[in-house]
Amino acid sequence: MSELLRLITLQDPNTRVVLLGTAALGVAAGLVGSFAVLRRRALIGDAVAHAALPGLCVAYFVVGDRSFPAFLAGALAAGVLAAAFVAVVKARTRIKEDAAIAIAIGGFFGLGIVLSRIIQNQPTGNRAGLDSFIFGKAASMVGSDATFIFAVALTITLVVALLYKELKLTVFDRDFAVAQGWPALAIDLALMTLICVCTVAGLPAVGVVLVVALLVIPAVAARFWTNRLPTMLLLAALFGGASGLLGTVLSATLPAPAGVLSRGWPTGPLVVLCASALFLVSLLAAPKRGLLADLVRRVRLRRRIAIQNLLRDAYEHLEPRGDFGAAFRAADLGAGPAHHDEPRRPFERAEALGLIQSAAGEYRLTGQGQAAAARTVRAHRLWELYLIHHADIAPDHVDRDADRLEHVLPPEVLAELEARLEGQVPPGVPASPHALRGSALS
Amino acid sequence: MTNVMPSQSNAAPLPPDTAGGISVEVHDLTVAYDRKPVLWDVDLALPTAKLIAIVGPNGAGKSTLLKAVLGLVPIASGWVSVFGSPLKAARRRVGYVPQRETVDWDFPVDALDVVLMGRYGRLGWFRRPSRADREAARHALDRVGMADLAHRQISQLSGGQQQRVFLARALAQDADLYFMDEPFAGVDAATERAIVVVLQDLRSKGRTVVAVHHDLQTVPEYFDHVALLNMRLVAAGPVASTFTRENLQKTYGGRLTLLDEAAEAVRRGSPG
Amino acid sequence: MSFTIGQFLLADTSLFRLGSYGVRADDVWIVATAIACCVACGLVGCFLVLRRMALLGDAISHAILPGLALAFILTGTRSPVAMFAGALAVGVLTAVLSAGLNRFGKVSEDSALGVVFTTLFALGVLMITFAARDVDLDPGCVLYGLIEFTPFDTLSIGGLELPRAFVTLGAILALTLGLIVLFYKELKLVCFDPALATTLGISAAVVHYGLMTLVAATTVASFEAVGSILVIAMLVAPGATAHLLTDRLRTMLLLSALIAALSAVMGYALAVMLNTSVAGMIASVALGLFIVAVVFSPSQGLVAKALRQLRLGLRITREDLLGLLYRAHESEASAPLAHEHLLHRAHAPRSGRWVLALLKRQGLVADDPARGLVLTSRGLDEARAVVRGHRLWETYLATAVGKDPGRVHKPAHATEHFLSPTLQEKLSDELRAPSDPHGKQIP
Repeated sequence: MSELLRLITLQDPNTRVVLLGTAALGVAAGLVGSFAVLRRRALIGDAVAHAALPGLCVAYFVVGDRSFPAFLAGALAAGVLAAAFVAVVKARTRIKEDAAIAIAIGGFFGLGIVLSRIIQNQPTGNRAGLDSFIFGKAASMVGSDATFIFAVALTITLVVALLYKELKLTVFDRDFAVAQGWPALAIDLALMTLICVCTVAGLPAVGVVLVVALLVIPAVAARFWTNRLPTMLLLAALFGGASGLLGTVLSATLPAPAGVLSRGWPTGPLVVLCASALFLVSLLAAPKRGLLADLVRRVRLRRRIAIQNLLRDAYEHLEPRGDFGAAFRAADLGAGPAHHDEPRRPFERAEALGLIQSAAGEYRLTGQGQAAAARTVRAHRLWELYLIHHADIAPDHVDRDADRLEHVLPPEVLAELEARLEGQVPPGVPASPHALRGSALS
Repeated sequence: MTNVMPSQSNAAPLPPDTAGGISVEVHDLTVAYDRKPVLWDVDLALPTAKLIAIVGPNGAGKSTLLKAVLGLVPIASGWVSVFGSPLKAARRRVGYVPQRETVDWDFPVDALDVVLMGRYGRLGWFRRPSRADREAARHALDRVGMADLAHRQISQLSGGQQQRVFLARALAQDADLYFMDEPFAGVDAATERAIVVVLQDLRSKGRTVVAVHHDLQTVPEYFDHVALLNMRLVAAGPVASTFTRENLQKTYGGRLTLLDEAAEAVRRGSPG
Repeated sequence: MSFTIGQFLLADTSLFRLGSYGVRADDVWIVATAIACCVACGLVGCFLVLRRMALLGDAISHAILPGLALAFILTGTRSPVAMFAGALAVGVLTAVLSAGLNRFGKVSEDSALGVVFTTLFALGVLMITFAARDVDLDPGCVLYGLIEFTPFDTLSIGGLELPRAFVTLGAILALTLGLIVLFYKELKLVCFDPALATTLGISAAVVHYGLMTLVAATTVASFEAVGSILVIAMLVAPGATAHLLTDRLRTMLLLSALIAALSAVMGYALAVMLNTSVAGMIASVALGLFIVAVVFSPSQGLVAKALRQLRLGLRITREDLLGLLYRAHESEASAPLAHEHLLHRAHAPRSGRWVLALLKRQGLVADDPARGLVLTSRGLDEARAVVRGHRLWETYLATAVGKDPGRVHKPAHATEHFLSPTLQEKLSDELRAPSDPHGKQIP
């Protein structure tokens, strides 16, 4: 507990730097990942990451020792090679991008395993810290490593800020960008480079297998909350940074599991799961695009349709009498589409809304209800008339078609309908263009 | 088949009413997709300050012609000039309305953002749009009747509204020459009217519009000039003299089978 | 699964020295297991490549880890059946979850995969770390596999001691083969024309999920021996390599199986030579073979394309030279035609010299002391065909296409090299013109 306190209050200088490093990295990855996801380039990062392993090994062969910048340089070179491999295969052969990515992942990583085992077999060989690159172990970073990563992340963030306009334009509409004279290919390459650098910088903290999550998950999560790119970038950076911070703190503070060979909790999976948790919350609870919001919208629409159908049935039942304030019974309204599974609920809801009044098993439309019913019936019949006159549909079919659409017609479309049908309908509720279903007199 | 070629497809001499100058000149343009030529040796000179329709059946190479002129697809042979200079030198004077399906409409931007992209060309590297650019974008949206929807996310716009946003973006470019790839495709009647008004307004200001167009019935009503295309240029010139039954029959009356066969032979004969 | 990475490393240096081991039977079993695994993956992989589902294979093989961990935590045993069921369930779950995210969450397909498989893999690593006190599961093993140890874990079937991995993978291979033979027609149709398949009553969705399940089963059966990384490589690389070599599905399947087996054998041999990871080496060889195919494939390869380009260039130069000589012959110019002048006009000063020498050796062109370079009678025949194509096309452009006769020469010059004799006949039949737009006779 005191260790947690020390961490949170950032008392230990080394921890402070490591935390800053992973958080900055999360921010950078969120920014770059947003563009990668929008450009449908999300999984290139996976190929780049897996290709980093042989790069690390070659760097070890060349430098002969554990050197953090050399490792990152080697990983970056190999990652760029893998990205180029995917691009060449995609452009010059019939093999599609997905297969090229999968081959790069499996092939390069296999090569990496081969090389790392050769390193291991050398008399002086240890894993040279390679293991921490595969699953990510931020805690094994030293202060200078973390400072380096912080600097890289800061640079990435600055470049994204600088190229914001150019990236946005090229990712959204490449043809238009070219027509305007922008070097779309160069901007695209810049984005690829950012993806590569970001992926490689994330390796020490998150590891080869999972670093792509840092690019993808915060960006996808952020997309749920907003329809504006700046907000999306901000949120993705926030989610990425928070995941990096939280994952590192958890990895350092959780009591190590009691295994013989246990080496404590790996950072990578914890960072990824923090991001996943944020994603899950976004997926469910985001107000615009979230699943719950969608569900609520659907339920609301269904209820509105049920009430509107009830009002329309009542209106059409009362229409022949000319007295819309008269009493009617539920049974009078027949079995229209409104009254399926729970026949009483629309009545209860309409009453709660003050649209109908009930007394002794009978209902009456209130004044408000009569107005609403007239509006509904008018929309329905306008739409029917439009279908008959302008869409050439037989009158006995229009009821069903009108039924589906009338509830979602926005006011401006209704106005357009009226304009179209000008002169063909009197003001107020037009007469039904077809025989009404169910006898109104029964 | 052996009659002498129609004089309209000749680049020179120009019809008399083009004395105002040439906006686009296309010389011996051949464009190939996947090594197979889809446009053969097109020669074309278009006037300025006119509304010009490019008309032809599906697969005739209409969009390809626009894209080749704009440098979006590689040219197999021939050259293109815009206002008498290579396209590169005239980029600022050219506006573009791509087909609606070419972009991801779920992209997180609103209508105003998209229109603002029309100003990026003149902004250059790294500079952010200024208040004046914003004003210009708003004004462009207003011209297409979309001022109220400036902050609506683009996926929540109807097809016609999306098309108007694209048109507004081109207007924000404030160009002298506009290329529009099927601006009327899949739009409602109100949008079609709005677009026509904008096009006529552009013409009255001396701007030139070259549009790929599908609806033959509206060609005489909307456009001054027409270029009939089917893998090769069939005819080009003022609507009154060019948009004739005979030329349309030549354009739509089946493709030249030998041209198709030769295209296939070129594809097979060339390495990829 | 009974080795942690630590023991694995230990074993690698002391217990397991292939070079001095001397027991060839073990080598045979390892190679046989590797072949069974690779061929099974390679066959299924053809369909993944064609259906553009390669990354789903990748995602499923990553999802093995949480499946194993989950099975262990739920059942408390490491029984193969529980492990298999757990991994299979999570593998299929990956496919279902990412498809659902794509449809209901409006997340693009690749991003959805990225979210799902990384999350599941991270969960798996944590679950294993958590359960580490009870079980020797190591994420490393899942990634790299333990094919070197297959001979030590045997099953007794009918009195025969067979490696368990070989038995499992052999069964999977047999199952894969059986399913492909049985549903070959359906698979082929769904791969090439899903819409047509649906109208014929073959549900693309059923085939899709069937394929997914088969991929999951193959992956699960393979990972223990070869690790999930090798599975990713073998699921896609042999199929893609075969796709570069042939256009026919049947040949592609056969080639893919061969390439997979070759990767296994070569990978094993190289790994023994270098004393390194067998699974890693097999994956590297598969990548290498793919690159070889990208570069050297007779129909699709980069070298073949470059060669065709070169050959086309030489042919064009040759035909241009013949055409120029023919025109000189036609005009009966009195001035002798010099080498330099001809090569300059053919726009090929360097390759032209070489082509001209070849033309002379072939007896198509001769040096006449009086008139300079001339065509022999055989050369005249060949040159006539070239010029005939040129003038026919010029006429066609001027009449049917409607080009300005003053501007047909250059386009015709580009197209003349592609007009086959049959096409020339068709042109001649349609045009019935004795001379080209410039008034020159069409030979």
